[in-house]
Amino acid sequence: MLILTCPYCGVACDETELAPGGEAHLKRFGPGSTDEEFEGYLFQRENPRGVHFERWRHAYGCGKWFHAARDTVTMEVFGTYSAQVTEPPEEIRAKISAKHPGWSWREFS
Amino acid sequence: MSHRLKEGGRLIDRSQPKFFTFNGQSMAGFAGDTLASALLASDQLLVGRSFKYHRPRGIVTSGPEEPNALMNLGKGKTFEPNARATTTELFEGLAAESQNHWPSLEFDVGEINARLSRFLPAGFYYKMFLWPRAFWKHVYEPFIRQSAGLGKAPRHRDADHYEHMHVTVDTLIVGGGIAGLNAAIEAAEAGRQVLLVEQTPHCGGRAPVDHAEIDGEPAQDWVDARVAALAAMPNVRLRTRAMAAGVYDHGYALVKERLTDHAPDPSRPRHRLWKVRARRIVTATGAIERPLSFAGNDLPGVMLASAVRDYVVNFGVAPGRRTVVVTNNDDGYRTALALKAAGLEVPAVLDTRTEAMGALAEAAKEAGITVRVGRGIESVKGKGKVEKVWVCDQTRDGFNADPIDADCVAMSGGWSPVVHLWSHCGGKLTWDEAGAFFRPDPERPPTDAKGEGFVRAVGAANGDWDRAGEQPMQPVWSMPEQAGYALKSKSWLDFQNDVKVTDVELAAREGFQSVEHTKRYTTLGMATDQGKLSNINGLAVLAGQLGDEIPNVGTTTFRPPYTPISMGAIAGEARGALFQPIRKTPIHDWHEANSAHWEPVGHWRRPYAFLQEAESVHDAVMREVHAARTKVGLLDASTLGKLIVKGPDAGRFLDMLYTNMISSLPVGKCRYGLMCTENGFLTDDGVVARLSEDTWLCHTTTGGADRIHGHMEEWLQTEWWDWKVYVANVTEQWAQIGVVGPKAREVLEALGCDLDLSAERLPFMQWRDGRIGDFDARVFRISFSGELSYEIAIPTSQGRAFWDALLEAGKPHGITPYGTEALHIMRAEKGFIMIGDETDGTVIPQDLGLNWAISKKKEDFLGKRAQEREHMTDPLRWKLVGLETEDGSVLPDGAYVAEPGVNANGQRRVQGRVTSTYYSPTLERGIAMGLVERGPDRMGETLEFPTIGGGAVKARIVSPVFYDPDGEKLNG
Repeated sequence: MLILTCPYCGVACDETELAPGGEAHLKRFGPGSTDEEFEGYLFQRENPRGVHFERWRHAYGCGKWFHAARDTVTMEVFGTYSAQVTEPPEEIRAKISAKHPGWSWREFS
Repeated sequence: MSHRLKEGGRLIDRSQPKFFTFNGQSMAGFAGDTLASALLASDQLLVGRSFKYHRPRGIVTSGPEEPNALMNLGKGKTFEPNARATTTELFEGLAAESQNHWPSLEFDVGEINARLSRFLPAGFYYKMFLWPRAFWKHVYEPFIRQSAGLGKAPRHRDADHYEHMHVTVDTLIVGGGIAGLNAAIEAAEAGRQVLLVEQTPHCGGRAPVDHAEIDGEPAQDWVDARVAALAAMPNVRLRTRAMAAGVYDHGYALVKERLTDHAPDPSRPRHRLWKVRARRIVTATGAIERPLSFAGNDLPGVMLASAVRDYVVNFGVAPGRRTVVVTNNDDGYRTALALKAAGLEVPAVLDTRTEAMGALAEAAKEAGITVRVGRGIESVKGKGKVEKVWVCDQTRDGFNADPIDADCVAMSGGWSPVVHLWSHCGGKLTWDEAGAFFRPDPERPPTDAKGEGFVRAVGAANGDWDRAGEQPMQPVWSMPEQAGYALKSKSWLDFQNDVKVTDVELAAREGFQSVEHTKRYTTLGMATDQGKLSNINGLAVLAGQLGDEIPNVGTTTFRPPYTPISMGAIAGEARGALFQPIRKTPIHDWHEANSAHWEPVGHWRRPYAFLQEAESVHDAVMREVHAARTKVGLLDASTLGKLIVKGPDAGRFLDMLYTNMISSLPVGKCRYGLMCTENGFLTDDGVVARLSEDTWLCHTTTGGADRIHGHMEEWLQTEWWDWKVYVANVTEQWAQIGVVGPKAREVLEALGCDLDLSAERLPFMQWRDGRIGDFDARVFRISFSGELSYEIAIPTSQGRAFWDALLEAGKPHGITPYGTEALHIMRAEKGFIMIGDETDGTVIPQDLGLNWAISKKKEDFLGKRAQEREHMTDPLRWKLVGLETEDGSVLPDGAYVAEPGVNANGQRRVQGRVTSTYYSPTLERGIAMGLVERGPDRMGETLEFPTIGGGAVKARIVSPVFYDPDGEKLNG
């Protein structure tokens, strides 16, 4: 049962307050995209042992979507941040690098 | 025989007898007894039958690791299966029954399985029951059913109640033994908020039984002083009878507290489930003694050595008069000494080690106890109980054994730390060579949100014992060492699941090398045991057979709960009326007062139909449809979702959400819209009204309001966050009432309107604000029935008054409230789809003939790209049609269309299914809609729908619009 801090309202939320939203930083492919691009966007997902970026919603709280960076093995939470960015913020990446030098996740590292 | 001693028993009160029944027979014990100690005091050695072979089984332990003494407790509404006699506190009137026996505990037919045991080896489920196929129904299945499961499932609603408690603490300490008390005092003195939970009614753990003194103080005094000190600290909570069931991510833990199990009191909750968030968790859960694997080790009267002395010291109960102790470590001598001190006979201590020179062994010798070193047990014999112990050389194969008369065997195979809680959340273990056990590896603890370890094991749970003056133990996995098949096939590893040494060896030979596979194949450590007694012994046998080291074989996964927790505790207060809140429309009370037959829709309750006196539900529905079609009906549509979408980019946003063009809708008009998921499937539908230049009102399905609101928010917050749009869910702000039927306009006009409701001034699919009677109303000219229809939104607070006013004004026209079923029939007569009937998450709008509602002009909308995929444009997709049975009957819901002919396997190919089916009182026949392969191209074709139990119904493909296809009724 994770605890994640909602970056909007600042509440340290019990997992029961949250709704999971799958992988973070997906790039939408709409009409005009190839089958491969569309498949990648809609179906292909990372399933890492270690550093992962996810979307969560503070569903039984302020209702806001946010991002979380965490380690799926150690359960360490590197941070939560705005849903309204297309890549993880620099300070969170630095924090991960300190723990996991040379990490990478999709196109990010 | 087992019996009550004349004196002794630190936990019992001999001045308070307690009467109870076991299998209907009256017995007596004392306050402070457990059911197990009271049974032993009454010479009830036989307490159950084993799972597979139905072998007679006695009490083995004195704690939660008990595999055999599982009882059905109570009757009727307080019945509970699988209660451990060893942890059940005795109370006056307790009624216990043994399990897994038929017809009686003493005479059990299933015992025949034991004779067949060589035919029921490891994996017998998988091997035995493969063939012949005809045996399944009459032989295998009854056999499995008869032998499956331990206790019986309760048949009545639980009369007890339960509660949940949520707490956040700095430190949760599990276990009130010496290590736990020390850890609690340390944490409390450091100013931490402490919760200490102890699963038994008493703190102190094994100390008062096993140690005379702690730090120079009498053990009990030491414990009492620490408990008193903790009780006096404001930052400490100490709960006994509270078992920590599981440790989860980020310091979450579940604790089950037994409140009234030992003193039934219906006014109080029976169990309390603590939901704990702890910064740090200390597991001081102690250790569990291991059995030894010798032939006949499952006979009633063979017990753990620690349990034997627990019964003597704690309860003044002797498990036998003559007890042979067999041990591979010094702990067995504690039992021998305790028995001797109680005046009981100990004919011999069999020590597998070649010498016995520890302080305890010396004390035993001094007390006059015969100590035989290098010895083990060849076998224990007796009819249903221990009668003779055959003693042999431990290093050989059992040759030349000599007998000792005895009625009890106390065995000690060493100790295993209770690592369950440490392991639940990812803590890793390391093998302790000296003690032959797995202990928590402090380098690899479960980690918290900062990546730091949050569980610490202390005391015996960490493998730390005070071993001063003790001789090292000797791992013994087989007794005697060279035992052959005949002995090993009677040496039990898992008493509850009937797994023997030979079963694990067979599994290894058959290629089950992974411990997880072996567990499932042999059932070792399954069910309520979960590896408490059998784990290490089983692993050792597996490792021996594989020729590998135990740490390389590893352990099975430890999963919560540590011991079972009641379903009631999990549910807590969330049952009955409190299970989930019911959403009520403003008109709910009227419905209730007027015999509504309810239907749950989402969290709402909607009237399915209103029953008049002596009327069946079916007749009521027919009457309601007829009234709406011929006169005027009244529908409470307040549950419809209502979302306001507002802002400069609202039109652009809705164009992305709906398949059709919404931005072009003029103010004052309505449009029926479809919403798809990004995967292309239809997810919701409803009428959208444009309220002003930048404001739209989106109606959703009753169950869809929250989901669609969430869907909109998700796209706005995570994809198009720079678009200026707000969404507000105003579902409960408005009562919405449908006035439906040819007389609808007259009823509204009778109330007095400042609106022109005529078809010319308020045409179909438009809306107006105005006054009707004394009410502020928003009138939508929309229709889900095909009749002249006004849906009127009124502020919620006025909803009921408006409903009453309509009933009054409609009286002369025979106004008739109708429910959801009449609504469904009328929409089906018109061929309107219903989300959840015609759709199931695999249906696209094109399947439903809704291409007219899919914009071809828009470059993009959610689902557009997905609907371009090959499978979505396949001409063979199942598409919506109407279905008319040849005989006018009602098609079974969900029936499949079967193609003529069969395939090579004798199966019929399916090419469609019924999605909605009703009796239409308007057409006086069955009508249905369905999805059929190329359906619209096959108008007039007759299809066959096989029915359950054989036979088939024939129906013709027709247009789904059964009633008023030209829409002549719409304007009244």
